[in-house]
Amino acid sequence: MLTLSEAWRLIASADSDLVMIVTLSLRVSLTATLVASALAIPAGAAVAIWSFPGRRVIVIVATSLMALPPVVVGLMVYLLLSRSGPLGDLGLLFTPGAMIIAQSVLIFPIVMALTREAILPLEREYRLLIRSVDAGPGLRMATLVWDARFAVTTAILAGFGRAIAEVGAVIIVGGNINGVTRIMTTTIALETSKGNLELALALGIILISIAFLVNALTHGILHLGQKYQVSR
Amino acid sequence: MRFCFALALVLCAVPGVATERTLTLASTTSTQNSGLYDYLLPILKDETGIDVQVVAVGTGQALRIAQNGDADAVMVHHRTSEDAFVSGGHGVDRRDVMYNDFVIVGPAVDPAGISLATSVRDAFEKLAEGQVIFISRGDDSGTHKREQEFWEMADVEPSGSWYREIGSGMGAALNMASVTDGYTLSDRGTWLSFGNKGNLTILFSADPPLFNPYGLILVNPDRHDHVRHNTALQFADWLTSVRGQLAIAGFRVAGEQLFCPNSEEFLSLPQDQRPPCPD
Repeated sequence: MLTLSEAWRLIASADSDLVMIVTLSLRVSLTATLVASALAIPAGAAVAIWSFPGRRVIVIVATSLMALPPVVVGLMVYLLLSRSGPLGDLGLLFTPGAMIIAQSVLIFPIVMALTREAILPLEREYRLLIRSVDAGPGLRMATLVWDARFAVTTAILAGFGRAIAEVGAVIIVGGNINGVTRIMTTTIALETSKGNLELALALGIILISIAFLVNALTHGILHLGQKYQVSR
Repeated sequence: MRFCFALALVLCAVPGVATERTLTLASTTSTQNSGLYDYLLPILKDETGIDVQVVAVGTGQALRIAQNGDADAVMVHHRTSEDAFVSGGHGVDRRDVMYNDFVIVGPAVDPAGISLATSVRDAFEKLAEGQVIFISRGDDSGTHKREQEFWEMADVEPSGSWYREIGSGMGAALNMASVTDGYTLSDRGTWLSFGNKGNLTILFSADPPLFNPYGLILVNPDRHDHVRHNTALQFADWLTSVRGQLAIAGFRVAGEQLFCPNSEEFLSLPQDQRPPCPD
């Protein structure tokens, strides 16, 4: 496999451009994960805990939107942020900010639906207990999210995985500008189209490694937390 | 988990803001894939301090982006569309910048026999007669528009399983031609710098209709008051100046010059001061 060995050689000789691309990818996707999670976890918890008219519809919509095609999200965000669009005055198109928005929209339904799944069984289990201590809605939600934190973290990681691996939306709203909005996946797409298959593959390997690292790190932290709690 | 959030917060520090010295240029995949901008923009930055951010799409989409006010300038290669863009009031100050030419590439064995063609028209007739796989960009790019003009010249309406419209950039079309032993129309720049040629080779070139000129147009500041018109003007002045033009002429891939400068200022130089260029 000539291509593979070439790929490893390229990784070993990583230059400053590559470091910049990797850093930007992480910055965009982690921010998007943070933004989406901050909204999606309370939303997912709310639909798990309280029943209200339209809840079933919301759940079905959120679950269906997990299959939202990135290109469609990209197009929607593009039309919103274009100078001729409703939010054009912000001047966000072709900036990392636009990419963060697109990725946040993309992963919000994933984190929300998975959070709901995580909290639903706990909610049934805790219902009587919570009622007996007369916990307010804020405390009730916080308690359930905290006790479901391992599953909720998995939801966040699923969102992050989708964000960092995604290319269709960010290439539309970011424009793949060298040094500004060029991230790992758009670089892979570009190098493939230039016929530089070895370089594209090398970048793919790095992308997978990073996803692996982030997951391992998170699981490591959770594991430590668990041990700490037990020993307390 | 709290650590994760802290980490994320550190990483999400506000992205760099575009300044007055930055410029968004909507341009074509052919110029980007050839590597021209990677070579040219650092020189420009050194000499003028202008940071050009290139969004590389097809000519049709580039003009559309500019029309919406999402770029400050466009550099594309389809004269008819460029003139329509200017006469529609979307752009001002169109200038010639450079040219190269289109080539027809295909498998070296050349089942359609176009290497013996006498003209572009003849070559396209042979492609249609031979029903050989032809990869069309199909993306409303400058190259795609020109390809359609060539079919028209040959009086052929291409259709059928041999004619494959892929709706992608020049590099993707070359990749597919390489894999399927197909033919495609490419600009010489992208072809020369393309890294996955396989069995492909240039089978037909050097006919006047294959001339491929690139033009620079500034987005009309009267239409979009947020465009950085002054910076765009400085960029255009540098690119068409003798210095900028010589920089373009100096761009080489594997020893071959990819673009020939042809701005008004450059052409006003005496012949012997201009670097020679293949016609």
